[in-house]
Amino acid sequence: MARCDSKAEISFIKDAVIPNLHDGTWPTEVSAKLSALRHERVRQPIIYVGVTTSSIVAGALKTRSAIEQYLDDYSVDADVIFVGSHGLCSLEPIVEVQMPGRTRVAFANVTPERVNSILDGAINGFIQPENAIFQYYSEIHEPWHGIPFKNELPFFKRQNRVLLKNAGVICPDSIAEYIAYGGYSALAKSIRKYTYDDICRIVEESGLRGRGGGAFPTGTKWRKALQVATSDRYLICNADESDPGGFMDRLLIESDPHRVVEGIILSSYAVSASKAIIYIRDRYKITIQRIQNAIDQAYEVGLLGYDILGSGYSLDIEVRKGPGAYVCGEETALIKSLEGKRGMPSIKPPYPAEFGLNGKPTVINNVETLVNIPQIVNNGPEWFAALGTEGSKGTKIFSINGQASQTCLVELTFGEPLGALLDLAGGVKDGRTFKALHLGGPSGVSVTADELDAPIDFDELPKRGISLGSGGVQVLDNTVCMVDLVKYFMHFIRNESCGKCIPCREGSNRMYQILDNISKRPVSNEGHNTLERFKGVIQLETLAEVMRDTSLCGLGQTAPKPILKALKSFRDEFEEHIFDRKCRASVCRDLRTFYIDIERCTGCTACAKKCPTQAIYGTPRSPYFIVEERCIGCGICQDTCKFGAVFFK
Amino acid sequence: MELFSSSKVFAAMNITIEVNKRTIQAHKGDTILEALNRNGIRVPTLCNMNDLTPTGACRLCVVEVDGRDTLVTSCSHVVENGMRIMTHSPRVVRARKTLVELLLANHPDDCLYCERNGFCELQDLAAELHIRERKVLRKSFTQKLDLSSPSIVRDPAKCILCGRCIRVCDEVQSVSTFEFVNRGCNMYVGTTLSRDLNFSNCIGCGQCVLVCPTGALHERQNVAEVMDALSNPDLIPVVQIAPSISVSVATEFGLKPSKDVNGLLYNALRKIGFKYVFDTAFAADVAAIEMAAELIERKGNGSNLPMFSSCCPAWVKFVEQWYPDYIPALSAVKSPQQVMGSLIRNYFAAENELNPSKIFSVSVMPCLAKKFEAQREEMTTRGLSDVDTVLSTRELVRLIKLYGIDIQGIEPQHPDKPFNIRSSSGKLFGISGGSAEALARVVYQKLTSKELTDSKVTEVKILAGVKAFSFNAAGQTFTFAVVNGLKNIHSILPVLMGGDAKLDYIEVMACPGGCVNGGGQPYVDDDKYVKLRAKAIIEIDEAEGIKCAIRNPAAQSIYDGFLGETGSEKAKKFLYTRYSKREVLL
Repeated sequence: MARCDSKAEISFIKDAVIPNLHDGTWPTEVSAKLSALRHERVRQPIIYVGVTTSSIVAGALKTRSAIEQYLDDYSVDADVIFVGSHGLCSLEPIVEVQMPGRTRVAFANVTPERVNSILDGAINGFIQPENAIFQYYSEIHEPWHGIPFKNELPFFKRQNRVLLKNAGVICPDSIAEYIAYGGYSALAKSIRKYTYDDICRIVEESGLRGRGGGAFPTGTKWRKALQVATSDRYLICNADESDPGGFMDRLLIESDPHRVVEGIILSSYAVSASKAIIYIRDRYKITIQRIQNAIDQAYEVGLLGYDILGSGYSLDIEVRKGPGAYVCGEETALIKSLEGKRGMPSIKPPYPAEFGLNGKPTVINNVETLVNIPQIVNNGPEWFAALGTEGSKGTKIFSINGQASQTCLVELTFGEPLGALLDLAGGVKDGRTFKALHLGGPSGVSVTADELDAPIDFDELPKRGISLGSGGVQVLDNTVCMVDLVKYFMHFIRNESCGKCIPCREGSNRMYQILDNISKRPVSNEGHNTLERFKGVIQLETLAEVMRDTSLCGLGQTAPKPILKALKSFRDEFEEHIFDRKCRASVCRDLRTFYIDIERCTGCTACAKKCPTQAIYGTPRSPYFIVEERCIGCGICQDTCKFGAVFFK
Repeated sequence: MELFSSSKVFAAMNITIEVNKRTIQAHKGDTILEALNRNGIRVPTLCNMNDLTPTGACRLCVVEVDGRDTLVTSCSHVVENGMRIMTHSPRVVRARKTLVELLLANHPDDCLYCERNGFCELQDLAAELHIRERKVLRKSFTQKLDLSSPSIVRDPAKCILCGRCIRVCDEVQSVSTFEFVNRGCNMYVGTTLSRDLNFSNCIGCGQCVLVCPTGALHERQNVAEVMDALSNPDLIPVVQIAPSISVSVATEFGLKPSKDVNGLLYNALRKIGFKYVFDTAFAADVAAIEMAAELIERKGNGSNLPMFSSCCPAWVKFVEQWYPDYIPALSAVKSPQQVMGSLIRNYFAAENELNPSKIFSVSVMPCLAKKFEAQREEMTTRGLSDVDTVLSTRELVRLIKLYGIDIQGIEPQHPDKPFNIRSSSGKLFGISGGSAEALARVVYQKLTSKELTDSKVTEVKILAGVKAFSFNAAGQTFTFAVVNGLKNIHSILPVLMGGDAKLDYIEVMACPGGCVNGGGQPYVDDDKYVKLRAKAIIEIDEAEGIKCAIRNPAAQSIYDGFLGETGSEKAKKFLYTRYSKREVLL
């Protein structure tokens, strides 16, 4: 049964714990109960199942049912608790078992079929080291033999998991557990010790910069909002994460929603906001449930609402769902969307910090930015400023996918090289050849192998023509066609463009058409067409620059980035498409040429009959051949052949 | 007072910027565009609208500013001291050219057959930016031509999505017929639930037509119909000209702006083939006389006040749609156009032994809603429309040019009897406040037998920021309010209709500034031309002798010879009408 706080636990937190949350001193019974909430001394086994959107897709709910079935079948008394995600997405579903007196051990890829053997072993004291991936280090628990500790694992060792500390460890639906692990103590201390001005100063001194892609100094933005004299101010948490391939915010909110709530409360206090709004994409169903639950629990124990912790500060948080437009991640469009209007960006100035939602000063911060605040305030700005580089302090979360060996979510200190991302992801899948690392989705760039030594830094990377974006990373290998990739991103931009300004609306469409043209076979192979395509590429560069120079908002301004960088780093691949009509990654269908291996072909004529352009010739029972000029690259012959004789170059 | 304001001006000119390597002075708070225009430096604009906040949608006004890595829109950025700006650097010119090329790529190649050939902003931009090559034509989507409305035609294929029509209909006229639909390259300008204009909440004021830069919105064409009638020997074509027309067409014929060409127009129209020509201002007098009687009666009963003007058909449609409860407040007297049409068909025809059904009655109006009004069922008598066809001012100009009439080379003439004399207050109907002024004069004259002079009129303050004035006559105080343009009308109306204001008459003209700024008026690129038209009308009023409608002998003779008394049975039959609620999706 999934565990969330019982009424007794809520009362315990509210009456016994929170009154002393600011200094952390409690009578022994209270401390003991908190220790129990941290599962430090357990009397019966606990089985933790990582349940998040991605692990559910991997089958976590089926695994959980299998576990519950096992416990029922064998009459074993054990607690089943669901937790968030460690970020090891390729290894999900992850199940952790904590036997009384022993450390907590994590198992990967636990399908329902594996449940029996794993639980049998653990309950009876035997764990095959090769089955487990890591165990938690603990001074009071007996470790298991032969299993690495979590912080020894290269995956975790290289990272600096400051923000992701609780992810995968605690139950996201439990405020009691969050507080037991130290949560909300930053809020309790700071709201007592600091004024809003103090917190602003601390954040300014820490050097925190926005994590949503803009990298604007957070403290400066807050100050701007405070300069306008008004009683109504809003704080908006931008959880609209719509970058294809980015799941940083989703995983963070699903695994540790209370940290997000704490960050929001503290930040709202700092900017004297009367109301906070979480703008989250409607499609993130489970994420919305979890954050709403966290908010409800915070209200229940008095950490939200009227007169928080007796400080005199009141705050309401509302969850508002974004209807699903990438452009609504842009702050002025987001505000319009909240006001019930078309989500089209407006010109800045005036900036939302001066004139935002309903005309009031509005601070909009990304989820990751806000999650930094509690620890900065608790540990002091010097602690934060000591992490990272000169211009980029702290850590950054990245979601790595694509052709990576391991799809994962990682947190690195600024200053680490880009290559660290590739290493953490375990390199390219199946040992294939690395081609590029794409950072930042449709507004980012593809980084080649020789650029991987560049440090992750908001200022250093742009000097080399690289932008970080919001943290989405795709690993690309040689089965990826750069022209196709750029076309995909431009297609995305074209569909997501709001349509207000000419360069983005018309430019993205035209650029997509040109790219589509390059990756298709022309009607005839005359030189005239090659010239057209070449002219197309020149126009591509002009359009890209005009889009970048004149677009109204960030979507249009950064949309040409992938293509401009690709033209620089992979120009020969583009030229191959245009002049040689070849796609070296064999992705662009029209440009694939198929051929038949005469060793394998039996002359069964099956493919020749199916070919839509009658491009396959031969005599029955002798090897057939494909006429290149007639082949349109559809691949039907390859699908038809039972002998595996058809290949494409 | 004056000295103070001019020193204020000098104090405000405290920003120095450099434009194209030249030093320029600018006011604090100016946008770059304002500073450039003040100094005669032109940059192209498209989505920019006077009096409305800039949206930065078209990006054509971009300039290069030292220190900024992207180009900056001059319409929205405020000048800062020491700014260095290049308005036509190669980077900027290339950007503008590319933007217009992108617009043209989706635009039909219809220039030669298009309504706006020669007056089109897109044509001007293409010429200015020296565009010599067509890039690929994208397949147009299938939004069809909207010919449903009698006033306005929509051709979405020519729309360049500048958004001006949406803004003027929403922010200036509070009607919000148009809105963007879909996003990105599939975006188009549509109406609620994609209804054709005639089935939407459009009131036909035509402000959208005035601001549309291309041929996507234009008036319903009636020139061909008129030409057919002119060459039909069975028909008797007659025409009436609205008060604003004569001060609005001078520049189209190479004359000084706002020169009053009234007499020349009558001659020209006769040359074109109209058998009889009339001045709508005469009918405005008759309408004023009837409205005065109506108002005095309502005032006497103390009920059904305030009275709304009903000469603006867009306003009438607005009331019928949004405020059907106020329909009884509307004056039941027909608008001057309809009064004239009715008098022609039901009096003039008989007097001159003409068959009323053979008369082809045309009116020339600055207004597109008049086309709608003319075909209303309520505007018929004995089964015949009072007015058969309405031409806008722009159509009149085209008609005159089509028939090769040289305005500069002909002599002025007079309109036909018996509608040949008008008071100057009839002319005033063309500007905002004109009908209120005309009505005030008649009411005062009727009740006191004296003329209303300026000294008798006092300005009144109303909370909604609307202009109002009052005067005393025969022991009663009359307070008249004047509204032009429907901006904020939904918050203004409750204030005006509420008991506190104690208004007797409210004139509402849907077009900001009144009929001189109507949807059918010639296109101008500068507000000042509209102001000059209004000024010309006021000057006519100041110069003339017969200032009150009652003192118009021609109007008097109509009553003596035909109508009898104001509000008589004949008057009610021919000069009054009714309105009713309209069910439209608001």
